[in-house]
Amino acid sequence: MKKFTLEEFLDLLKKYNVEEIEGVKIEGDLEIELEGSSIDLSAIAPLYSLLSEFGNFLYHANMALGYLQRLSAALGIPTPFAMQPQPAAPAPSLPAIPEVEELKLPTELVKAKFEPYREEYPGRIEEVVLGATRADGGSREYTITLGGEKSLAFYTFDAPQPHLPAIAIDVFDRKPMLAKAVRVHYDDVLDNPAEWARKCVKKFGADLVTLHLISTDPLLDNTPASEAVKVLEDVLQAVKCPIIVGGSGNKEKDPEVLEKAAEVAEGERIMLASATLDMDWERIANAAKKHGHVVLSWTQMDINNQKTLNRYLLKRVEMPRNSIVMDPTTAALGYGLDYAFTNMERIRISGLKGDTDLNFPISSGTTNAWGAREAWMVDSPIEEDTPWGPRELRGPIWEIITGLTLSLAGVDLFMMMHPVAVAVLKEVFNTLGGKVSGGVADPGEWIFMEV
Amino acid sequence: MKVKSPLEVYNYLPRTNCKECGFDTCMSFAAHIIDRSVTPFDCKPLVRDAEKDPKVKKKLEELLELTAPEIAEVVIGVGDTAVKIGGEEVLHRHELTFFNPTGFFYDVWDTMDDKALEERCDRVVTYRKFYVGNFLTLDGFAVRCTSGDPKRYREVVKKVASYGKPMILVALDPECMKAALEEVADQRPLIYAATEGNWREFLKLALEYKVPVTLRAKDLDVLKSLAVTFRQAGVKDIVLDPVTEPLGEGLKGTFERVIQLRRTAIAGEDRDVAYPIMITPIAAWLIEGDDVTKSYWEAVIASMFIVKYGDIMIFRSIDQHVVMPTITLRFNIYTDPRTPVQVEPGLRAINNPSPDDPVFITTNFALTYYTVESDLTSGGIKGWLLVLNTGGLGVEVSVAGGQFTASKVKELMEETKIGEKVNHRYLVIPGLAARLQGAIEDETGWKVLVGPMDSGRIKGWLEKNWPPK
Repeated sequence: MKKFTLEEFLDLLKKYNVEEIEGVKIEGDLEIELEGSSIDLSAIAPLYSLLSEFGNFLYHANMALGYLQRLSAALGIPTPFAMQPQPAAPAPSLPAIPEVEELKLPTELVKAKFEPYREEYPGRIEEVVLGATRADGGSREYTITLGGEKSLAFYTFDAPQPHLPAIAIDVFDRKPMLAKAVRVHYDDVLDNPAEWARKCVKKFGADLVTLHLISTDPLLDNTPASEAVKVLEDVLQAVKCPIIVGGSGNKEKDPEVLEKAAEVAEGERIMLASATLDMDWERIANAAKKHGHVVLSWTQMDINNQKTLNRYLLKRVEMPRNSIVMDPTTAALGYGLDYAFTNMERIRISGLKGDTDLNFPISSGTTNAWGAREAWMVDSPIEEDTPWGPRELRGPIWEIITGLTLSLAGVDLFMMMHPVAVAVLKEVFNTLGGKVSGGVADPGEWIFMEV
Repeated sequence: MKVKSPLEVYNYLPRTNCKECGFDTCMSFAAHIIDRSVTPFDCKPLVRDAEKDPKVKKKLEELLELTAPEIAEVVIGVGDTAVKIGGEEVLHRHELTFFNPTGFFYDVWDTMDDKALEERCDRVVTYRKFYVGNFLTLDGFAVRCTSGDPKRYREVVKKVASYGKPMILVALDPECMKAALEEVADQRPLIYAATEGNWREFLKLALEYKVPVTLRAKDLDVLKSLAVTFRQAGVKDIVLDPVTEPLGEGLKGTFERVIQLRRTAIAGEDRDVAYPIMITPIAAWLIEGDDVTKSYWEAVIASMFIVKYGDIMIFRSIDQHVVMPTITLRFNIYTDPRTPVQVEPGLRAINNPSPDDPVFITTNFALTYYTVESDLTSGGIKGWLLVLNTGGLGVEVSVAGGQFTASKVKELMEETKIGEKVNHRYLVIPGLAARLQGAIEDETGWKVLVGPMDSGRIKGWLEKNWPPK
């Protein structure tokens, strides 16, 4: 005699994942005896009602029943369910039990075709050329073109991206405060902006150089504009890449400094950084226009202000459309990057959708990433934190990820500092721009690798 | 979700304005279903009636269908540590928000020796990074079968399961996978992966053990075919892996596949590919180079797809230079842009300060506030912290933008009556607000001390500057 207990049966159900049925109660140590034809049907009745409870789970119940049948067949006994049970207990209305089947599995894949959704934008980002070669009245060996996109960044499957983002490295006309991990790369040139610029280009592969004339700040050296721009002349001599010139951020002094810079760099098509709403943007933009330069339109993370300033530059100064670049402000990873990213992404999408106040190339002061304590602090000031590990490794990656994130929002020009960050981001842009051939032989190898 | 207007939702609600949900009207509740701050299950009368009345039940089911997210939501794991992935509605976060942060899973493998395995598991489960008032943590484990031995794999999976974190089971051999599932199916692991080669066995496993399954194929026609086949056979919990190629054209192709999948699902309304997407930054360890190169590239791949639609990831490196930037980026990208991240302005007493202790001021931008607050608290610094309402802007930006001004500082000092709480007249302002020093002194008559640029340095700064001479 084979005893088939309820426990076993429930285990069976469990195996087919029907254990989560609630509201089904079976009491007592019910025991089903399978013995020849003399089966106590009243014992099976509760089982039947149990199964009838399942309703939605009939499929699984069937599998269980099937199992039960096969089991009884294997034991050489007639299957109890082949007979009409006549339960004595309150007769549940028994659902029709379909033919018992094996778990039904398809033998072939259902063929489906993936039809990628296509996106086409009506707008196009303006192309802005930085630098001028001899042919155009300058002395640069090459020029850099920003913009020209007709799709989101690196969506080359929508439209080709004519120019990949460019990278400028920052140079200062007096020793700035720098994180140690950055400073060690510039220690030998900190007192010599021309050498500094040369190092950026020759050694670290900068496409452009940004010269920040911070010594002009009245709170620092208060260098007169006419004197400060001599450094610009030195840098223009020292390197042959396109140049960006920045002031100190002082609202009163910057217009004068940038105006002077525009004069001495006549013909070189530099970019003046920057015109802002709270300083004399008109004077700065007029200087750029008069001497054939580009102006950087800088606002504080506000798409509407960006639109306003751009309109002023276009309508009041009548800046040519090919001479405006925007800096909507960069915040570091962990310190407002979400705002910066979304603000830039919105600006870019608006430009592509046809807003001609916003379809200009975007610039990012990615060096800001070094303001994040995770980039420069020796370790976490929070005791419960997992130790932060060597900061030499944290700093550059902080700058990389800040830049990478913003590149996906549409940034065309990055102002950076750490040579490793510059190199890695270049590799990323070249990769997503389709300029790096090859790959690994088997991308699935990690599944089995024993390290 | 399919419905866009509260009106469409309203028709499915009881329309009694019973307020049980906490909103004044059913219409207001409907609007919150649309912005996904509540679900139909939060309408208690509807749920109660659905239990009794089959007609109402049908209505509720219809509403659930209509308000289901564009991208299917898949739960991995059980209980408090379970991870929800997918469930997204939009392609760009400013269009609404992204909902379920990318799941971070760290690999272990079954040929590791026991000690190394334990060490690695411990590091993952104990990981903590303080950020904006909370500790960020890691989600779970991806247990790879490298032994090819079902028994060994089962053992190791059992061991890893004891850490109580969700798991991805990585084994292409159905026998090994089956062995592991027999052990931990009730933990609801995600199985990885059904391919063109093994899909039939994996379909059987997914049905039998009712676990979510990853489908892996580089060819998107094949991937979609797999998804349709599994769905038709009754598998709902599907994750798509379009194969992460770590380098060159391969990575470029991966970028394209991931974007095409998500965009076609949401903008192209192709339900057959509307599932969460798996990315495997661990593939960066297949490239040539030293460990730093590989781990940097792993962080790069992960970040690329945290921004662009990766819903779940398998990582190798648990070094901080990979974990910290990626976990921070994940938090940033998945922060709801609809709610400004700010805290209540006012005065906070830190570490039971006395009237002799210093007064600091910072902004109500949550990140700034929590950074300063935690630096003071954990540094054992006693003091008074004034929190200025800058509309949720940080120090640098609000000083430049005019939300952090001398007159607002004065107002806050008067409101909080800080002058009555201390017996000195010194205010420490953030280094980044140095330019306001004179103006605040003029406005308030207090002596203003310019503190360090970073609040992590307040402790050292106080040693030199407090009490003031």
